[in-house]
Amino acid sequence: MTAPHPETWLKVLPQGLYCEPGGFYIDPVRAVDRAVITHAHSDHARPGHRAVLATAPTLALMQARLGEDGAGAVRQALAWGERIRINDVDLWLQPAGHVLGSAQVAMEWRGSRAVVSGDYKRAPDPTCAGFEPIACDVFVTEATFALPVFRHPPADAEIRRLLASVALFPERTHVVGCYSLGKCQRLIALLRQAGWDAPIWLHGALAAMCRVYEEQGVALGELLPATVAAKGRLVGQIVLAPPSAVADRWARRLAEPVVCMASGWMRVRQRAKQGGVELPLVISDHADWDELNATLDEVGAPEVWVTHGREEALIHAAGQRGIRGRALRLVGYSDEGSEE
Amino acid sequence: MIAFADLLERLVFTPGRNAKIALLRRYFATQPDPDRGLGLAAVTGELSFATAKAGLIRQLAADRTDPELFAWSYDYVGDLAETVALMWPSRATNAAPPRLSEVVGTLDRAPKAALPAIVAGWLDACDPSVRLALLKLITGGLRVGASARLAKIALADMSGGRIAPDDIEEVWHGLAPPYSALFAWIEGQAPRPDPADAPVFRPPMLAHPLDAGDIAGLDPALLRAEWKWDGIRVQLVASAGGRRLYSRGAEDISDAFPEILAAMEFHAVLDGELLVVRDGQVAPFADLQQRLNRKAVTAKMMKDYPVGVRLYDMLFEGADDIRPLAFDARRARLEAWHGRMAPARLDLSELIRFGSIAELAALRDGARAVAIEGLMLKRADAPYVPGRPKGLWWKWKRDPLTIDAVLMYAQRGHGKRSSYYSDYTFGLWRADGELVPVGKAYFGFTDEELAFLDRWIRNHTTQRFGPVREVERGLVLEVAFDAAQLSSRHKSGVALRFPRIARIRTDKPAAEADRLETLMRLVENAQS
Ligand SMILES: [Zn+2]
Ligand SMILES: [Zn+2]
Repeated sequence: MTAPHPETWLKVLPQGLYCEPGGFYIDPVRAVDRAVITHAHSDHARPGHRAVLATAPTLALMQARLGEDGAGAVRQALAWGERIRINDVDLWLQPAGHVLGSAQVAMEWRGSRAVVSGDYKRAPDPTCAGFEPIACDVFVTEATFALPVFRHPPADAEIRRLLASVALFPERTHVVGCYSLGKCQRLIALLRQAGWDAPIWLHGALAAMCRVYEEQGVALGELLPATVAAKGRLVGQIVLAPPSAVADRWARRLAEPVVCMASGWMRVRQRAKQGGVELPLVISDHADWDELNATLDEVGAPEVWVTHGREEALIHAAGQRGIRGRALRLVGYSDEGSEE
Repeated sequence: MIAFADLLERLVFTPGRNAKIALLRRYFATQPDPDRGLGLAAVTGELSFATAKAGLIRQLAADRTDPELFAWSYDYVGDLAETVALMWPSRATNAAPPRLSEVVGTLDRAPKAALPAIVAGWLDACDPSVRLALLKLITGGLRVGASARLAKIALADMSGGRIAPDDIEEVWHGLAPPYSALFAWIEGQAPRPDPADAPVFRPPMLAHPLDAGDIAGLDPALLRAEWKWDGIRVQLVASAGGRRLYSRGAEDISDAFPEILAAMEFHAVLDGELLVVRDGQVAPFADLQQRLNRKAVTAKMMKDYPVGVRLYDMLFEGADDIRPLAFDARRARLEAWHGRMAPARLDLSELIRFGSIAELAALRDGARAVAIEGLMLKRADAPYVPGRPKGLWWKWKRDPLTIDAVLMYAQRGHGKRSSYYSDYTFGLWRADGELVPVGKAYFGFTDEELAFLDRWIRNHTTQRFGPVREVERGLVLEVAFDAAQLSSRHKSGVALRFPRIARIRTDKPAAEADRLETLMRLVENAQS
């Protein structure tokens, strides 16, 4: 008997991607009875599910973000590679390399295997476990940066550009726009790796997620709140803030700020210029074009399903190598990669 | 090329003047000759290559990329050179990225047919940021984001204060890339380069605005008065080494005004105002604008917008530097020279007779003629001093006109103002009840007014377009401006000279703001 094709048991419903024989959803966009969550970003981890299965760090981040009630009434943590059986389906989680706790969901039913990557990247990240490819029949991939113009440079080189700018403008404050979960902590860790030992100053909205990272064993060094009172001490320092704050009223408390933004979108000048950014830093937590294609080749799946992003280019490129591509129309994910 | 590309990228995104100077200075101080001199030439707009065009880039893209992926990418990025720079699929190479001097030397010499392979090899060796700089450089699309003046300030900075930016201006047009002699002088390793007979630019003398407080201290017997013309201030330089027409900012604008160059049958350095003049009548600034920033000058342009120069001053007669002489002595030399030479297209700025400051004030207020901005007052005993010396020259502009307009759109400012909505588009009511935009203003207000406007705009936004907000038609601004002129380039049909926010009229309902026809009555060239 040949194994059933994954499209017979993994279905797109209005709530999200549904594993029928297992009776659970993966990253559902509405509250459901049983959810498996790849990672804690808001478009993947929504509030109000009854039972939630995820890695322990993802559950901790969800609780910090959504509160005790929002993160699921029944929570179950899985270790990397730990297999469980839900009804007839074998399920395990493997690192996706996107943010702390981010996982790929591997499922096997009657000899047919599908892997849902969630969001992922292949570049090294000191704050989370690296992506591990899993051979499968269907690979569900994201496509946030699925255009050949998106090729992220090494993140440490971008950090060196930031530090060179701090040295050139010692009388100014460098404020880096970054998302509160993942990008912020990765920047801090990269700065520490590059030898920046000074305190790093945080906008209030970033503090909570940093605390969870530290509780989960990711050391971030000295972090201080960038309050109005600290203005004098911020000269020559690095401040991190949410993207919406860096060029707006909040930033008026900083000394002649150099507005920086850490995002994969910074690769394209027009995008970078829109937000009044003075120093764009191309640092992304999503796979770039080369990483997406290399990953498709590595997992060796004869078929890929493509979610949130520029599906058509990736499907086109996959098709040229004999990989069947299918655009998975899941609503509710931010196709502009808002957490990016 | 790496340091050059990095400089360009930072300049493009850096709004602050001081920050741009710091970036330029670091580049000049850390890069070797001749690369830094070629970088300087690129910043000052003196580097261009005719060999490579956009077609070459398209060809390279077609050879190396999938057409569908290219089309999607180009559609997303919106710029050809940037698309190719970003998506270029590098082939493995051991070559290092080329130096700027290698790129410039090769582009100067290489036959056109060899270029695609050479450029492809360079692209393979570079990262996207260097590839973009390279492609922009070879196709002439380089937009630097810093003026030539800023580069000279950065160079002066490098000398540790020994050399002023104006000292550099005085030798600049006698030099050529890669400017090794200039760098040697700045770094104290060689004497000042001698421009000899080259038609170099001399930094002009500029005036201060006359404040009410200054007036009491003025001695009418020691003052000379002229009309302040609304054209562009120029310097005419003719020597054995050639002829040049420079803007006030040292930009060589000779090519745009060949008829002026042709009229420079003399050896002298003259200061004056470039104007469109028809039958002895000076036309409004909008007419002169038709002649500015044109690549090619057609015979029709020259006929429709005939230009001349109204002479204010003389700096050199022949090789004789008369800048140390008093204004009266220079003026006498200028008049005698003009009478003797009778040059075509050049006339003298009239000296206005007056007995008292009160008489001058009346003249200024009456000056509503087209193309007169007000008066210039100059001390009779003042030498010609470059820059803006205090207490020698004043500009005394006529009082501005005003309209009460309605705020329509606001845009974020730059640099220190990037967190504020500080650029305002305002409009007037048309007879049919529609509000039409008539201008933009981004200065004139105090810090408190800026804070008020910023808050008002955020609280009354109706739509957003990127950095622009459309607001409720509910706030009246009193806008001051120097003149209103008909303009086919503006939707309302009228252009304002130097508009600025004079007052916020929170006391006035938007419906009672001025009508477009009120502004139309203030237009100077209405019948032309
Ligand atoms: Zn994510
Ligand atoms: Zn996502």
